[in-house]
Amino acid sequence: MTVAGFAFYVFALTVLVGGLFTVVSRNPVHAVLWLITAFIGATGLFVLLGAEFIAMLLMIVYVGAVAVLFLFVVMMLDVDFAELRAGMAKYLPIALLIGVILLVELGMILGTWVTADGVEMLAAPVAGEVQNTAALGMVIYTDYILLFQLAGLVLLVAMIGAIVLTMRHRRDIKRQNVVEQMHRDPKAAIRMIDVKPGQGL
Amino acid sequence: MEDLLREYLPIMIFLAVAVALGLVFLIAAAVLAVRNPDPEKVSAYECGFNAFDDARMKFDVRFYLVSILFIIFDLEIAFLFPWAVAFKDVGLLGFWSMMVFLAVLTIGFAYEWKKGALEWE
Repeated sequence: MTVAGFAFYVFALTVLVGGLFTVVSRNPVHAVLWLITAFIGATGLFVLLGAEFIAMLLMIVYVGAVAVLFLFVVMMLDVDFAELRAGMAKYLPIALLIGVILLVELGMILGTWVTADGVEMLAAPVAGEVQNTAALGMVIYTDYILLFQLAGLVLLVAMIGAIVLTMRHRRDIKRQNVVEQMHRDPKAAIRMIDVKPGQGL
Repeated sequence: MEDLLREYLPIMIFLAVAVALGLVFLIAAAVLAVRNPDPEKVSAYECGFNAFDDARMKFDVRFYLVSILFIIFDLEIAFLFPWAVAFKDVGLLGFWSMMVFLAVLTIGFAYEWKKGALEWE
């Protein structure tokens, strides 16, 4: 077995084990940590496919940012383990039903999957001298300009949505106002008082 | 393809060494270390004191806002990398397409600045 083949099995196993334990973990925080393991395995698989840029992006965005977001969300939920376990029996039938439906759908897709003529399956990108990132850059901004701009709009909507949903400005606290601080005049702020001996203010 | 993977071989070896070293430390600590606890050894000592509360408390929703704003700008930067690498090839259309993209996100940035989402009270 070549090193690449061995690496494939290692990373594929990492993804599968990570995904399995994400589902079966009792503690949601542990589940998120297993999810990070699965992301790291997926990064390795992307490198093996030759998609270096996507691999590094997965590392930066998913492992670095999305996982942290998941952790925050899990911690915000105020997890009560006893309550979670109590709901298990109640939701099991509908969960099983959804699982079976998904399984049937997957089976239907795989059963009717045909590859169009002239399509090479899993061909490595024949880019010659062009690097992976440069090859992406040459098409995203020109050929796929509409999708690119729509991605920008999606990010804008996400930004505004997060602010609208979670911003709670408290009015009852003092905030720092830098401009006001800098325009403070010593003449208006300081009073000189000549105190006579033995009198006090 | 083989050449590309050969370039990643040092990283692969590095990862294997890192995993092996981590496992060695964990196993050595479990196997070799002398473990002889008594109530005084495991109790909180001098500067440490017993925990007041359960560590699993609710996080403030503001952490979520900060991290989601971070992800959005993280993705914006991720789009900048291929653009910078292929800058000579994308031409004028590619340049202005990125400028419009950045302008849209700058509108969002101005909005969150004005709303005070970047301020921690």
